[in-house]
Amino acid sequence: MSWTVLAALASYWRRNPLQLVTLLVGLALATALWSGVQAINAEARSSYDAAAATLGEGSYAQITARDGGAIAQQEYIAMRRAGWAVSPVIEGRIDGVRIVGLEPLTAPGGLGPVNLGAGTDLGAFLTGPGQIFARAATLDRLPVLGAQRVIAPDVAPNTVLTDIGIAQRLLGRAGQIDRLIVLPDQPITRRPLSDIAPDLAQATPQGGGDVARLTDSFHLNLTAFGLLSFAVGLFIVHGAIGLAFEQRRPMIRSMRALGVPLGRLIALMAVELAILALIAGAIGIALGYVIAAVLLPDVAATLRGLYGADLSGQLTLRPAWWLSGLAIALGGTAVAASGVFWSLARMSLLSGAQPRALAMAQRGGAQAALAMALLTLSAVMAIWGEGLLAGFAMLGALLIGGALALPPLLALVLKLAEAPARTPVAQWFWADTRQQVPGLSLALMALLLAMAANVGVSTMVSSFRLTFVGFLDQRLASELYVSAEDAAQAATIVAVASDRADAILPILSVDRTVAGLPAEIYSARDHATYRDNWQFLRAMPDAWNRLARGKGVLINEQMFRRAKLDLGDAIALAPDVRLPVLGVYGDYGNSIGQVIVTEALFRSLYPDVTALRFGLRTTPDEAPALRAALRTEAGLSEAAMIDQAAIKALSLSVFERTFTVTTALNVLTLAVAGFAILMSLLTLAAIRLPQLAPVWALGLTRRRLALLDLLRALVLAALTAVLALPLGLALAWALLAVVNVEAFGWRLPMYLFPLDYIRLTALALLAAALAALWPAWRLSRIPPARLLGVFSNER
Amino acid sequence: MLLNLQDVFKSYPGTETAVLGGVSLELQSGEMLALTGESGSGKSTLLHLIGGLDTANSGRVAIEGKDLTPLNDAGRATLRRGTVGVIFQQFNLIPSLTVAGNIAFQARLAGRHDQAHDRDLANRLGLDEHLHKYPEQLSGGQQQRVAIARTLAPRPKLVLADEPTGNLDEASADAVMSLLRDLVEETGAGLILVTHSERLAARLPRRLHLRSGRLT
Repeated sequence: MSWTVLAALASYWRRNPLQLVTLLVGLALATALWSGVQAINAEARSSYDAAAATLGEGSYAQITARDGGAIAQQEYIAMRRAGWAVSPVIEGRIDGVRIVGLEPLTAPGGLGPVNLGAGTDLGAFLTGPGQIFARAATLDRLPVLGAQRVIAPDVAPNTVLTDIGIAQRLLGRAGQIDRLIVLPDQPITRRPLSDIAPDLAQATPQGGGDVARLTDSFHLNLTAFGLLSFAVGLFIVHGAIGLAFEQRRPMIRSMRALGVPLGRLIALMAVELAILALIAGAIGIALGYVIAAVLLPDVAATLRGLYGADLSGQLTLRPAWWLSGLAIALGGTAVAASGVFWSLARMSLLSGAQPRALAMAQRGGAQAALAMALLTLSAVMAIWGEGLLAGFAMLGALLIGGALALPPLLALVLKLAEAPARTPVAQWFWADTRQQVPGLSLALMALLLAMAANVGVSTMVSSFRLTFVGFLDQRLASELYVSAEDAAQAATIVAVASDRADAILPILSVDRTVAGLPAEIYSARDHATYRDNWQFLRAMPDAWNRLARGKGVLINEQMFRRAKLDLGDAIALAPDVRLPVLGVYGDYGNSIGQVIVTEALFRSLYPDVTALRFGLRTTPDEAPALRAALRTEAGLSEAAMIDQAAIKALSLSVFERTFTVTTALNVLTLAVAGFAILMSLLTLAAIRLPQLAPVWALGLTRRRLALLDLLRALVLAALTAVLALPLGLALAWALLAVVNVEAFGWRLPMYLFPLDYIRLTALALLAAALAALWPAWRLSRIPPARLLGVFSNER
Repeated sequence: MLLNLQDVFKSYPGTETAVLGGVSLELQSGEMLALTGESGSGKSTLLHLIGGLDTANSGRVAIEGKDLTPLNDAGRATLRRGTVGVIFQQFNLIPSLTVAGNIAFQARLAGRHDQAHDRDLANRLGLDEHLHKYPEQLSGGQQQRVAIARTLAPRPKLVLADEPTGNLDEASADAVMSLLRDLVEETGAGLILVTHSERLAARLPRRLHLRSGRLT
């Protein structure tokens, strides 16, 4: 019996291939967008984990020099002798590849190449030319180094592991160590660190790689977009399943009347859908892999540019990833079909057998009430919610509430439009358009969500861009930025520049924990460059003068929000140094807190820190001459001198790539919505002949009916676009004022871009017109016999 | 005894009067019965109760001695698959299956599919030429003949026909009726034909009239 029923169910899809394609493509696209994003996230997390596992980041306490410089080998030896179980690490870059030198005999188990497997020969690793371990792609990027190359897929991307002695030789830093890994088990008899090496400081493990923490919000944003795309796709699936069910009502009733038990029928329909979901899921995963492979280089560039995180540019096909893709396809189908199964379980055997697809408008009242409840919930969470999850929950309630509100709003607007209509055709047009809304509502909701997402994200990105460009102009005021290799060269730079530059602004910084948060402490020389260009988000009166007198500090917005500081609150920079906050400045693009103190205070707090970077003020005309003098007289290489324009260009390029991924997902989401409209119109075209035939019989030509159908699609898309605009702006506000603050720690001002919205509306209208063109063309060519068939009693 | 109805009551929620107000009826194997009555007299409801498509509020409906009243949905579905065949006024063909697929469908469900028997039925009902067509490509009379073939293919013991010629002209109705009677007679099954046509009712040996939910 089961095979007979399954074959009969399958026969429906054979006779309605378009619906089958709609269902499969809808689900495949939904799965593709979701699994593509997940593949990128999985690849990134795997890279972070590999880095953390290889380098001990986040797992072990670390000892570094207080001034951020190198640790002398003698200090390491002194610490070992004093009982400290520590292992030295040196890091550097050769041709952009991160070289990490470890000491395998003292490194904690699981770290480095000690456990890399059969290919590891400790003797060869430690002696002679030595061995370097890296992924094949990383080794390919390296020049000839004279060490034996060993392919090790477990090593973090873009990273080479080797013995510390060999790394010191390769990096030209003999006798230097960057940090010491502190093993978990330490002898209790060891002497305090301050006695042996007072210039060293120990940092406790962070419980997870720094990079993983920094990039969490980036991945959360990606996931949110993947989820939104998946939701748009699910609208299509829901529509296709619902339509198939409505059209199969008579068939289902017949089968039950002929002796198929209800339970068996539901189970077999579930099996049928599961098979379709698995097929669509498999296609979607393949598509998702392609999407991920295309986007991954941009994501890798973004993460490297923003956070310095190295990501493998190659995608790995992980079982957990494709299994989760299939699971989400199955789960999504189950969610989309749950209403249908509920309805099937409650369907009376003797109920009316005619399709009811066009009578679904009855649910309007309940839907409007649910929409209102969700929008209210969203508003409540916007006012009182806290945390990133609450931010995303607010976004979810806003978008779903907005989508659910669309059909009742459209029905209302169309009813108002119908009132002034005088001619019979106009009256019929508006009435018929209103009748089409339930059948098209899912596709229109998908369009609404896609457009709102587009408006929201483009507003956010453009606002960010505008703010960021202004911010760069403020912050990059110096005409030339130079870096010295050592203190001697720094002194030469100062000597050479002092005659030619209008001002020399040393850039001094240290990384410290301030107000319980990781932060950078910078010094600011009292100069007009800062006073004239920097703008405060909020500040006490006379902030610059008070800063110059050492009576306070400036903090960035991230520090202000995360540490919940306010103007006048005191923060501790040293046990005996507590200073009030004088002002808060915007610091877009930075992920951690920042504190600015006066140069004199900085030098007194951190006397060992030498300024190796400088901002040089001069007139733009004299900048090339200054540059030439620094090259010839101070021996600076071109790479050590960057002019203002180059830094701005570099910063902007990093920024542009940051949003390549979201823009691509946006476009894909809009394409999915366009596809939803096309499929809805095509399937509706088949079942609305009984509504068109009488109008045709009364004297409207098929061509005119087709043109009216085209116009109808445009009217509905235009109304949807109008309603999408406030929803999109609300989304933009939520992203800028809530999610961004929670995720990145800064709030951006919101700007409006009317031209962008007009262009987007035109795009949506074009998509709707294109989607409506084919069904309209088919209607204009429909054989009169099919229209006559509507009046035949034999139907 | 093939069918035994004892004091069957049926009413629907929200209505004050019962659709069936204590109907009792017996039918032997091979017996053919015409059930007539005005619209709304309860003919179709009675047929639905006998076919296990609906349940009575009280009374007993037994086929071959087995009471249908305590059966659940699956039990009643089993009855419809194997013992009772229903011919619906609206045909209830499966639109996505061909004529051949529709004829074989119920016999396959019952596990009694016999291709030779299907061919014979199609031949006698004049459907030979249409086996690969879909229902929408057939006329009303042809669709009704497919429905009859489908019902008779699993050789049910009791055939219930609900206005099987209601959508046909007089000539087609007569032809379909003759075929139905002959085919049922050959299988030795019982037949209950619901019709509002006195002329068709007169062609069956036994006749009952239903008025306001009671047999007369």
